[in-house]
Amino acid sequence: MSKPDTVYTIYIASTPERVFEALTTAAYSKQYFFGFAVECELKVGGAFIIRTPDGSVHIDGKVLACEPPNKLSVTWNVNWPGLVEKLGETIVTYDIAQMGDSVRLTMTESHERDLPDDILSGGRAGWPAILSSLKSVLETGKPLSVRMEPPVKMIAALKAMGVTVPGG
Amino acid sequence: MSKPEFIYTTYIKTTPAKLWEALTSRDANKLYWFGAYQESDWKPGSAWKITYPDGRIMDSGEILECEKPKRIVIKWRNEWSSELKAEGYSRCTMEIEQTDGAVKLTVMHSIDRPESKFIGAVSGGWPKILSNLKSLLETGTVALESKEMKSA
Repeated sequence: MSKPDTVYTIYIASTPERVFEALTTAAYSKQYFFGFAVECELKVGGAFIIRTPDGSVHIDGKVLACEPPNKLSVTWNVNWPGLVEKLGETIVTYDIAQMGDSVRLTMTESHERDLPDDILSGGRAGWPAILSSLKSVLETGKPLSVRMEPPVKMIAALKAMGVTVPGG
Repeated sequence: MSKPEFIYTTYIKTTPAKLWEALTSRDANKLYWFGAYQESDWKPGSAWKITYPDGRIMDSGEILECEKPKRIVIKWRNEWSSELKAEGYSRCTMEIEQTDGAVKLTVMHSIDRPESKFIGAVSGGWPKILSNLKSLLETGTVALESKEMKSA
């Protein structure tokens, strides 16, 4: 893990239990995560799947640590042909802590290998939008309608590494 | 190893004009900046400072760029800690961008010295301040109060 991790911290007027539920269930994630559905078996070794709005598997991972409502760590492997072989594993960890009447949520995205900034640009652009929308869902009942495409430089870098990009 | 730069982006359901007002108004600042507030006339070359609720100066500097309601660049030095003050001036850029469905606010804070403790300090502060700002604009109340700032 020589590359600095991507870390994003956000404070939410909610409870750890609600934040944990929002991170691990499709009913919430479809609202704040561009329509994607999170399916998580809440046990170490359980499946962690994220489906695109059309139902196909986008993230195919496993639960590494599960301590509701304070911690969830998963392998976050994008299901594109050749991606894990070329990039190594991605690990996403959520740390959830009560802070007075609010919650501090910290997302850490780390990688098995040293990856170029162009590859990491997808997570760096995406997490602030996803977690801002999650905060809005929990605080106001409504998500943000931010639309976002994968960064052009990330898609180009993946193709250059021999990863097959859907639609590309 | 800490990089001498901190970047934080948040998306807020508001307008660029309301966000600009919240960023530059002393009274609005107090609501989400744990009682602290900035003072400036927001013109390039003008003085700028942040004051704690008890009147001590937290940080001071100068407005380098100001383009309402899109962009502010501040020459920014800590004033309350001799150790942080000794690191000299940092540069803080705030950018406001209207996107589909939300306003994107990006804060970039950098300093030209490695292993900066000042950047370490602002890396902890900005997520609290900007989470509060987002809550204030979307719900009318903040997520964190001052007492939680101290324990956080």
